[in-house]
Amino acid sequence: MTDAARGISPKKILTHRLALPIGALLALVLLNTIARPSFLAVSVRDGQLYGSLIDIIRNSAPLMLVALGMMIVIATRGIDLSVGAIMAVSGAVSLTIIKGSSSPNDLGVIALAILAGLITTLLFGAWNGFLVAVLGIQPIIATLVLMLAGRGIAFLITQGNITTINSTPYQFMAQGYVIGLPFAFLVAVAAIIVVVLVERRTALGMLTEAVGINPTASRIAGVRARGIIWGAYAASGLLAGMAGVLYTSNIMAADANNAGVNIEVDAILAVVLGGASLMGGRFTIAGTVIGVYTIQTLTSTITFLGVPPAVTPVFKAAVIVIVCLAQSTRMRAWFRGWTSRSAGSGPTRRESAETPALVGAGEGKA
Amino acid sequence: MSAAVTGLSPERDLTGRLRAFAVRHSGWVPVLAAAAIFVAMLIGGQVYFGTFVSPRLLSSLLLDNAYLLILAVGMTFVILSGGIDLSVGAVMGFTGILGAKLLLSGVPPFIAVPVMIAAGAVIGLFIGVLVQYFDVQPFIASLAGMFLARGLAFVVSLDTLRLSDPFLGALQSSRFRLPGGWYITPTVIIALVVVVIAAWVLGWTRFGRTVYAVGGNEQSARLMGLPVARAKLLVYAISGTCAGLAGVVFTAYTSSGYSLNGIGTELDTIAAVVIGGTLLSGGSGYVLGSLFGVLVYGLIKTVISFLGVDTSWMRITIGALLLVFVVVQRFLVMRARRR
Repeated sequence: MTDAARGISPKKILTHRLALPIGALLALVLLNTIARPSFLAVSVRDGQLYGSLIDIIRNSAPLMLVALGMMIVIATRGIDLSVGAIMAVSGAVSLTIIKGSSSPNDLGVIALAILAGLITTLLFGAWNGFLVAVLGIQPIIATLVLMLAGRGIAFLITQGNITTINSTPYQFMAQGYVIGLPFAFLVAVAAIIVVVLVERRTALGMLTEAVGINPTASRIAGVRARGIIWGAYAASGLLAGMAGVLYTSNIMAADANNAGVNIEVDAILAVVLGGASLMGGRFTIAGTVIGVYTIQTLTSTITFLGVPPAVTPVFKAAVIVIVCLAQSTRMRAWFRGWTSRSAGSGPTRRESAETPALVGAGEGKA
Repeated sequence: MSAAVTGLSPERDLTGRLRAFAVRHSGWVPVLAAAAIFVAMLIGGQVYFGTFVSPRLLSSLLLDNAYLLILAVGMTFVILSGGIDLSVGAVMGFTGILGAKLLLSGVPPFIAVPVMIAAGAVIGLFIGVLVQYFDVQPFIASLAGMFLARGLAFVVSLDTLRLSDPFLGALQSSRFRLPGGWYITPTVIIALVVVVIAAWVLGWTRFGRTVYAVGGNEQSARLMGLPVARAKLLVYAISGTCAGLAGVVFTAYTSSGYSLNGIGTELDTIAAVVIGGTLLSGGSGYVLGSLFGVLVYGLIKTVISFLGVDTSWMRITIGALLLVFVVVQRFLVMRARRR
């Protein structure tokens, strides 16, 4: 926002912290469009939008919810490995309640079922927060407990079965459309807006970052670090629970083995692609949103391009390495040296062309 | 550091000396806690099941967890330096199936086994280069290593490769019997030798002390003129080498190679290292602790198989026991620190 107000120069665009995540996303979209020109096409059928891009924004909704929670946890210098298991639990709770009721299409029953699922996962998240904030257990181990046990709990709830239901309103959440757009996408947008309002329109986001940078110092400065960490894990649990409800709504079955498998890895990657540091203290909501769409587009690309499933992990590894290398300061320094040499004649870059070695240092001061 | 502590306690009486000793060796408290809980679990199992502790149980505990022990040793190096390595499970799976493929196509073991270990080392070095020279966060760099290794394993073969190689078979099946029902296999000997070498390297070599210094405070280590870059490259290479060796041991253990071997093993390894008292923030911990961590983690699984519970309860029990363990350890360490 502020960059736009100051006027846009090519240099500012290239060095903006979101330049790389956006660049990666655009590159993937371009690759897809070249491989299959119909990729960008969006058609309207019965007042609903269809197309590959619409599929991507619809299918990315669970990942978006999980990644938003993960982002807040990572900002406190934590990590939440249990999100996939928590997704399985919320789906199991909701579907078990709906299956047990006599009227699976009744909106009241569905609302109750979803509420019960979300309250359960909120408690699970609060439990993670308790382990980390109160008992002081290292986050990776504290959340590993629920990652291991959570799917077992989900199996207990569904009594070892894959619970399936028939409920049109429940199905609507993942597969329905409102004003032409997928409902799941609108849920994701609503979640983004709420997170923006809570984290960036209040001081909470800044306090979260303060806790991530130095928990002791922020506590001495009067920040209630314990409560903030606790809240971060609770929020992550709640958002993962919502993702679990969307997931079950999409396949209309609670599958404790397969719900949200490896979603923690994708969520962490999305947050990091968006420019957050795993050492805590820095997060951007826009970056995470772009990171999620990049990951989802990558997943779709693998399908579209017909990459053999066996090579898929190598493909993913290559993308991670390229993006991480591009974000590293060493690569950026090389890149800057290269651009200032090749674009040295331009009027805006004369100063930097004269002192190519000092470009990086000069930018920091300006 | 020890000199400063003794300097602070001029009184030469017994309690003062004891306190100085306790302060100087406070880093060992988590290791002792792990050992104490291991013994407590053995006693608890003996009381609950009647016939639980036996030479056979302890021997098979080592045999079943030899690969995990080797992985945990490599992981200890990385975690001590302040990093993390998520690739170990996938690297173990990759080197395992690579070795199986090589052996099946007629390559003799004395070539295939070094190739397996070298493959692990190369992937480890790749992660180290990403971390050290390109400032990629260890979590992400090793995640890339994990995807890479898993993908390469898929490329080698998607099927299970059954092995009947006499050399690898001998690693697993030849048993040196000791009086009283104890037995030990070459795989266990390899694992224990790795532990001893690692303990020596970390405790008594320049490189080992540099690893602790880097984990304690990388900036300070650099200002002290320690070879930080070399140490950070080496810890990941060591972890990769250990993963390659674990691939050899695991292939011998299962006498087959499968590209999906070792999924989730990285988390088992991290859990075992943490149970052993090594701090994930780096700079504090011991290889001996990781040994106890692996034994405790293995014992948790043995207890569950003794209890004979179904799969959903098994997952919950593993989670719950891990939780109980970590919380108990936390309180033991907190009490020791307060004194």
